[in-house]
Amino acid sequence: MLNLEAVRTLSARAMASLGHSALNFFERLGRGHLLLLQILFGLPAALLRPNLIIAQIYAVGVLSLLIILVSGLFVGMVLGLQGYNTLVDFGAEESLGTVVALTLVRELGPVVAALLFAGRAGSALTAEIGLMKTTEQLSAMEMMAVDPVKRVLIPRFLAGFFSLPLLAAIFSAMGVMGGYFVGVGLLGVDEGAYWSQMQAKVVFNEDVANGIIKSIVFGFVAVWIAIFEGYDAPPTSEGVSRATTRTVVHTSLAVLGLDFILTALMFGG
Amino acid sequence: MTESRAEANDEKIVVRVRDLHFSRSGRAIFDGIDIDVARGKITAIMGPSGTGKTTLLKLIGGQLRPEAGTIHIEGENVHALSRRRLYKLRRKMSLLFQSGALLTDISVFDNVAFPLREHTRLPESMIRSLVLTKLEAVGLRGASALMPSELSGGMSRRVALARAIALDPMLVMYDEPFAGQDPISMGVLLELISKLNRALGMTSIIVSHDINETAAIADFIYLLANGKVVASGTPQQLKVSKSAWADQFMHGLPDGPVPFHFPAQPYDKELLDAQS
Repeated sequence: MLNLEAVRTLSARAMASLGHSALNFFERLGRGHLLLLQILFGLPAALLRPNLIIAQIYAVGVLSLLIILVSGLFVGMVLGLQGYNTLVDFGAEESLGTVVALTLVRELGPVVAALLFAGRAGSALTAEIGLMKTTEQLSAMEMMAVDPVKRVLIPRFLAGFFSLPLLAAIFSAMGVMGGYFVGVGLLGVDEGAYWSQMQAKVVFNEDVANGIIKSIVFGFVAVWIAIFEGYDAPPTSEGVSRATTRTVVHTSLAVLGLDFILTALMFGG
Repeated sequence: MTESRAEANDEKIVVRVRDLHFSRSGRAIFDGIDIDVARGKITAIMGPSGTGKTTLLKLIGGQLRPEAGTIHIEGENVHALSRRRLYKLRRKMSLLFQSGALLTDISVFDNVAFPLREHTRLPESMIRSLVLTKLEAVGLRGASALMPSELSGGMSRRVALARAIALDPMLVMYDEPFAGQDPISMGVLLELISKLNRALGMTSIIVSHDINETAAIADFIYLLANGKVVASGTPQQLKVSKSAWADQFMHGLPDGPVPFHFPAQPYDKELLDAQS
């Protein structure tokens, strides 16, 4: 009897907790979309101040270059090595350039660049905006009649949105070079075959364009999540810390989930 | 005749708070307060910690919305304004945050220049002259190239003050301007606030715990407690007031209408409960 009562109480608590979590989730989703609307409505005015966007492109994009270049190179080298070991069994090692390029431009370029972007630039954006909120800098701007959404958030949003597709392209280019160093330089694949097969098999309108579309979508989502988490963070050190973690986790999950959906739409048949 | 007298009276009042109600997490912060801030005067809002003094400044600035009641600034109902008109009104006022709230990624000079660059189309040479004038007024012209992280707490607040007066506002609100200041910085800030108010013809609202310092420059004081205005008057009136609230607060008595202890169940009961 007592056990039944305890089970009932526990069930009621679990249901209440579930309901609370669901309400919290939908509230945050609503606030995120309202912020996105504010950002979209403020875009025309923000575009009139390109110097603010350029400064943020430097912070978000240029400073992410090193990790993108190095990661792209290593990913390409691994692709070259693994691809060669598989293809050589079938006598098809001349197709290494095609395999490396297609893997990069269709999948790994946009996805890995977005994941690296979330870890390097997204977390930095969230922490910066969260700390500006914690130290009342955003409130001070509001009291100076300066809209922090237009002055702080939109330039960062646009910088991230423009930067990620470029970073993904650079990642893919470095990966192709990495595959070349390993495949042609170390394993002896014919240089002409590496480039000509790639040129013949990689179709710009399908493979490259779809990769670009993916990276644009990932850029939009990654920077939206990063900015929202920072702006919505509780103004405490713990709040900013949790928001930064959430940015990386949510962006990674969103990018991987969206990648499946986009791949299914683009290449699903 | 009566109407013109009322209008003349209205012109003397910059901020008019009426029947203000505001609560947070179910706790009433304000339970119907009325406050008038007279033009050209220094009005102090005082009271024990947690009475919502900073919240009141945020309500006046339109950053928070009351549950009931109105706040008029220069005759405009702050919370009935559109966003555009609210931002226009905010150009005529400024808030000096307790932390200073300087923008940490730009220098002292750029912090003071920030509102000028955002709201005016003045040439850079003119902005430079204005910024140096404001920094000279707070004694920090020599620190214009420093970054906010290189400033002491007192210097940060003086830079924030220079930024607050950059657009020559008609209303300046100071949130705990003397908190954590050494005696020299406190003296400098006191003189600055008083001097700026007189020289620039501004109206000031000071939120503070520091009774002696605030009473030295305030023209009128409101004492807040339990969500209400419990006493008001000039500093001299409050010092000799027979109100128990005013007596406890103005003389720093440990117990009185404002209890030392946060509401809790009886001490002995809680100890016994813990043992059992």
